[in-house]
Amino acid sequence: MALYSEVVMDHFMHPRNVGVIEDASGVGTVGNAKCGDIMKIYLKIENDVIVDVKFETFGCGSAIASSSMATEMIKGKPISEAMLLTNQAVAEALDGLPAHKLHCSVLAEEAIKSALKDYYDKNGIAYDKSLFPDCEHCAHCGE
Amino acid sequence: MQVYADNAATTKISEHALKAMMPCFETVYGNPSSLHTVGQEAKEVLEDARARVAKCLGCEAREIIFTSGGSEADNQAILSAAYYGARKGKKHIISTAFEHHAVLHTLNKLEKEGFEVTLLDVKDGHNVTAQQVQKAIREDTCLVTCMYANNEIGSILPIAEIGAVCKAAGVPFHTDAVQAAGHLHIDVKAQNIDMLSLSGHKFHGPRGVGALYVRRGIPLVNVIEGGAQERGKRAGTENLPAIVGMAAALEDACANLEENNRKVTAMRDKLIAGLSKIPHSALNGDIVNRLPGNVSFCFEGIEGEALLLLLDMKGICASSGSACTSGSLDPSHVLLAIGRVHDVAHGSLRLSVCHYNTDEEIDHILTSVPEVVQTLRNMSPVWRDLQNGDREYIL
Repeated sequence: MALYSEVVMDHFMHPRNVGVIEDASGVGTVGNAKCGDIMKIYLKIENDVIVDVKFETFGCGSAIASSSMATEMIKGKPISEAMLLTNQAVAEALDGLPAHKLHCSVLAEEAIKSALKDYYDKNGIAYDKSLFPDCEHCAHCGE
Repeated sequence: MQVYADNAATTKISEHALKAMMPCFETVYGNPSSLHTVGQEAKEVLEDARARVAKCLGCEAREIIFTSGGSEADNQAILSAAYYGARKGKKHIISTAFEHHAVLHTLNKLEKEGFEVTLLDVKDGHNVTAQQVQKAIREDTCLVTCMYANNEIGSILPIAEIGAVCKAAGVPFHTDAVQAAGHLHIDVKAQNIDMLSLSGHKFHGPRGVGALYVRRGIPLVNVIEGGAQERGKRAGTENLPAIVGMAAALEDACANLEENNRKVTAMRDKLIAGLSKIPHSALNGDIVNRLPGNVSFCFEGIEGEALLLLLDMKGICASSGSACTSGSLDPSHVLLAIGRVHDVAHGSLRLSVCHYNTDEEIDHILTSVPEVVQTLRNMSPVWRDLQNGDREYIL
């Protein structure tokens, strides 16, 4: 059996939405280079809808595939829907990830939430802080 | 094009070794411990293989013990010297920071049992010196164990010099020669090596078999208890097909050593010269004293597992010391030991070539690696920060 599913390999080999948005409404970066994973998500938001999304990822194949899949899943969606995106949904859409790679889907969820939080902060929009996980203390990095 | 460039992980068995093994399944299938003719034939084949392996190392046949591989040989050598030392009140062991886990984890176990371990620093020149060993030797040192050559970065240690230092100090010297056997000229007597581990599948022999050379007079403890095979020092019916295959492969490797090394070194140097052109990259390992087939680089701004997957898509089989390939959160202890920080250790690539590789394959690697590195850098936020000056280059 191959290491990754066909969907993971497709998104890794042909990642969707790679790049930057210069005038992004919100930008989120999670992970760190020491751990070997960094995800950066750029969102363009108009009327509470994510009209464009781009990502940059430093990391393994499943980290790149998770970023690609997660951006596809929120593109064109209202913020309220993007907020509901879970790491499980990303992993399922990828037709599964190996157990030791599940943290890649967690990073993807957190990167999107981090970008949304940045958008709220920039625009002075009130939000429920409990909905945004604190990545600094995730089990993956331990720091 | 399929390019196998992971020969430090394992090698393709040679036709000669495979052919040599077949009679042990078909005709010489007896148990060497059996008294009857079929068993005694097998015993003869076993002892012939032992003599041939011994000849390749410059020792006597009775100084060779066949094991299941390099790890078992390392375990047995280290535990034996440690427990023998402890009986005389000596519980200090010297090794290096970039040993294989078969050595390091055995040393960890001994530390828990009250032994003290000094791991020599390998940052300077990505190697150790005999002077470092000499300085570390104490009254209570019972063993020096230093690998012959490093599996990840290819550094060849000054084994004869370390052997001389140990002999002068009266300290037993073990070397894990898994990457060296069949690739470098070994003479255990001239090099003052007391114990040496090797593994069959690193020089085009079969896996699941290895050997431990133990100088006469050095007492061994058993790692596997049971029957009286291997002079009572390693129980279990001998894996005769594998032992014979290993002996054939080692003989071939030693007979063709210089010719193979000329060819492999030329391919290695071409790869190193070509890959060094990739900006913000660094060669790992000793530049001069280096295994003929080892090429090890760190590329800044990318992660090794993604690099391996993309190379695999281009038919290139390689390896990396990134955390994602090790199954742990930390990158390779070898890369950290030579002073590579986590950020760049994650972006490592090891290519290990052998005489089966061709110039066309080397050219394919030289075209593919820069492309793949650039593809990954183009989607890396770390690389963007480096390029924009928001992060300082390490390499």
